Amino acid sequence: MNSDLLLEIGGIPVRLRTDDGGLRQALRERYEKYLTATASAEPIDMRLSRAVERFPEWETPRASCTKGLWQFGRTDFRAEWSPDTGSGWIRHVTAAPHTIDAFLRMLYSVLIAGQGGFLVHAASAIRNGKAFVFMGVSGAGKTTMTRLAPPDAAPLTDEVSYIRIHEGRYWAFGTPFFGDWGKAGANLSAPIEAVYQLAQGPANVIEPLAPKDAVRALLRNIMFFSKDPELVRVAFETACRFVGAVPVRRLTFAPTPEVWELIR
Amino acid sequence: MSLYVARSSAVAARPLGDEMIIMSTRDSMLFTLNEVAREIWQAADGRTPLSDIVEKKICAKFDTEAAPAYADAETLCRDLASAGILLLSDQPFELARGGT
Repeated sequence: MNSDLLLEIGGIPVRLRTDDGGLRQALRERYEKYLTATASAEPIDMRLSRAVERFPEWETPRASCTKGLWQFGRTDFRAEWSPDTGSGWIRHVTAAPHTIDAFLRMLYSVLIAGQGGFLVHAASAIRNGKAFVFMGVSGAGKTTMTRLAPPDAAPLTDEVSYIRIHEGRYWAFGTPFFGDWGKAGANLSAPIEAVYQLAQGPANVIEPLAPKDAVRALLRNIMFFSKDPELVRVAFETACRFVGAVPVRRLTFAPTPEVWELIR
Repeated sequence: MSLYVARSSAVAARPLGDEMIIMSTRDSMLFTLNEVAREIWQAADGRTPLSDIVEKKICAKFDTEAAPAYADAETLCRDLASAGILLLSDQPFELARGGT
C-alpha cells in the first residue's frame, strides 16, 4: 500500500510518509487540492511517526537551524529536516491533521524565506487575473473578506498567504492553510496587485500607508518562527524589498459585499 | 571630551523613501530615522567624532547652528544607544577595542 502523500504548495513539493491509515486519509482530505502525482521538483521527504509523549520544552513554537540541520517543534510535534539530504522526520503526539499542518506552515516559511518570499497572516484572492492580499491579525476581518468575495474572485486562503518572487514579480499562491473559513484555497496563483492592511469601520475606505508603516504592518504579520538574528535580518530585508515593489494600503471596511467593489 | 558613535551590528537597516528603517535583530524593535538622523547614522563609523559629523554633515547640509545641532545630535545618539541601535564611546572604537 502506498503510504505516501505528495503535495505541492507554491511550486515546492513535500512528500509525507506515514503508516497511519487514519492520519493519511485525514491529510488526503485536507490537502486534496494540493496533492499531485508528479512533483515539479525533487520533493522534500518527511517520515511521520507517533511520539509517546508531548514535548513541553517546545511550548513556544519555533524553528531553529544548528549546523545546517533545521529543527521545528511545538508541544505536539518535533521535526528535523536536512537541506543537504532533503529529508527529515516528524514525530507527532496525536493523529490530528492540524499538527502536521502546523509543521508544514513552519517548513514552508523557512523554505520560501531563502527565496525572498514569506508566509503572512493574510487572506488573499485572485480577481481579474490579479492577486489581492488582505493582512491582519486574528479578528481583523480576513475570513470576512474571504466570505464576502464575489463569484468572479477566487479565494486563495483566508488565513495564511504564500508570497514569493516569480518571473521577476511578487506572486500570491493558493494554500491549504485555512482559518474559520474551514477549507483550502484555490490552487492558483497570480501577480500581486496590492496588499491591504485590514481595519473594520462604518464605511469602505482605502488609504495609503507610509513605507515605514507598511513595513511595520508586514513584519507584524509575517509568519516567522526563528529568533536567529541573521534570519530576522533576512525577514526585515524581505519586508522592505516587498514594500518597495508592491503597493501596501489600509483598507477600512464595513462587513458587506460592497467592499469588493474597491478591489479590482 | 569627544563622543564617538558606531552603528551596532545587531541591526538591519534599509532606506525606504526619505527615511531609514532600522530593526534590532535582538528584539525585532523597529525604528525610523528622519533625514537628519539618517545622516548621523550613515556617518557613524566609530572613528569620526560626533562633533565632526554634526559640523560636516548636519550644519553644512541643513544650515543650522553648531551648538544646538550638537546638543540635539547627542540626545539622539544617546536615545539610539539605549535602544541598542548605536554604540557610544569616548574614544575611537578601534582604540576602545584595543586596536592601534
